[in-house]
Amino acid sequence: MRTKKLVNSLLVILLAVLTVAFLSPIFIVLMNSFKGQFFISDAPFALPTRDTFVGFDNYLSGIEKIGFFSALGYSLFITVFSVLAILIFTAMTSWYLTRVRGRFTRVVYYTFVFSMIVPFQMVMFTMSKIANVLHLENPVGIILIYLGFGAGLSVFMFCGFIRGIPLAIEEAAEIDGCTPVQRFFYVILPILKPISITVAVLNAMWIWNDYLLPLLVIGSKYRTIPVAVQYLQGGYGSRDMGALMAMLVLAIIPIVVFYGLMQKHIIRGVVAGAVKG
Amino acid sequence: MQKSLRKYGWLFLLPTLIAFLIAFVIPFLAGVWLSFTEFTTVTNAKFVGLDNYIRIFTDNRDFLNAFWFTVKFTVVSVVSVNLLAFILALLLTKGLRGTNFFRTAFFMPNLIGGIVLGYIWQLIINGVLSGMGVDLTYRAEYGFWGLVVLMNWQMIGYMMIIYVAGLQNIPSELHEVAAIDGAGGFATLRHITLPLVMPSITICTFLTLSNSFKMFDQNYALTGGAPGKETQMLALDIYNTFYGSVGNEGVGQAKAVLFFVLVALVALIQLRITRAREVET
Repeated sequence: MRTKKLVNSLLVILLAVLTVAFLSPIFIVLMNSFKGQFFISDAPFALPTRDTFVGFDNYLSGIEKIGFFSALGYSLFITVFSVLAILIFTAMTSWYLTRVRGRFTRVVYYTFVFSMIVPFQMVMFTMSKIANVLHLENPVGIILIYLGFGAGLSVFMFCGFIRGIPLAIEEAAEIDGCTPVQRFFYVILPILKPISITVAVLNAMWIWNDYLLPLLVIGSKYRTIPVAVQYLQGGYGSRDMGALMAMLVLAIIPIVVFYGLMQKHIIRGVVAGAVKG
Repeated sequence: MQKSLRKYGWLFLLPTLIAFLIAFVIPFLAGVWLSFTEFTTVTNAKFVGLDNYIRIFTDNRDFLNAFWFTVKFTVVSVVSVNLLAFILALLLTKGLRGTNFFRTAFFMPNLIGGIVLGYIWQLIINGVLSGMGVDLTYRAEYGFWGLVVLMNWQMIGYMMIIYVAGLQNIPSELHEVAAIDGAGGFATLRHITLPLVMPSITICTFLTLSNSFKMFDQNYALTGGAPGKETQMLALDIYNTFYGSVGNEGVGQAKAVLFFVLVALVALIQLRITRAREVET
């Protein structure tokens, strides 16, 4: 028994060391964000010294160069409203597809499932052209694109959940005189809460980090955070390593905050999403 | 009940269907059609049969090189990510102190987007290599292993969480019975744990496989394909064919169709193989 305790303590120490090593890249970036831009590439592992420490200069220049706060605004706006649109509309669609049986609904359902395995490159050129023709190349229009793109996974997950809801509940509501619309919003929607959180988390994660779609659809006028970070890299002859480090830190902060607040839901959502995907 | 609901079909279906048609169905069908045509904008397409598909292999070796690079990367990543994630999951289901904290920490990198990940690792790897006076783009092997390290960093925590869930589903009586029967740690792992977490292994293999095969952002940010186009993966090759060269849109679209077929095939084969080995529980 005593040896087992000793082994376990050693394992905990080993895991602690591993964790520090594992997360060290983030701390190294943080550390470098306070060093002058010419002291980063050559010695990224050196601590800032009196000569190399520049305070928040990198943050100020980076924020100005890429317009960080407008990028943050676009990212927040697009992610929040896309996720809301996906939640409401795909939940409605899924309920209909599950409850109304027929050839049409079956074909529609399997088309949604099919879309999950199609890589983005397959449709990126044609989709961005169509978005252009339809004047969807703005932060509002792109929400429609995200609704269409997020629909596959979301419909799949909602349908799986709705199949498990007993019909008796809805029949009771119908006898009480609920119209289908009332039935959906008053009876079904509250039952969907747990799966909605999963769907919201999964969609929020990919939309927030998405690079190519916003670049191709709205990238020339509106930059989300990933597009803005990449712009810093490509837009200048000699790249400003200091500003890049600072912007990497600023790009990670919202994610850490979100993770801190939603940790349980995120982990549960990831497991549920994986099991179904 | 179906009848009363049917009347409202337009309300429940229309918003999602319109978005789905615009964002996916029409672009997909147009994409398949355009792969058989020559075009610069969608409206001036001219049917050319299989020309684009032939040009993929005759114009240059980019696609084939990208294909082999992607395959090699995918094999190495799938094996390393799953092995490490599984070992970590075993350690983190022993009821050790701090288990929750460790799980949280290891999952963290998964939430960071590919572009940001690419630049984080560019800094780290270039820092290490600068000791030898070279950088990431000096040799293709550096880029390859850089991508593998990045992929592991991003995916290990995610896969670990799924393995943990799978391991926790194994009834503890099974381990007790095995211990009474005199099974050692390794025998228990081989004959009880592994067969019972097979569903998790299926899921994780599938996820790492498709994520590695379709990788774009990380590749784009970390190496950009350098040196030359040697570390260019399939998704990046398609992107560059479209946007990095002129007059090759048709070839780009044909590559995209092939890419889609490959992804679909890999997914189907993989699912079939691992499904067959799952234990019914």
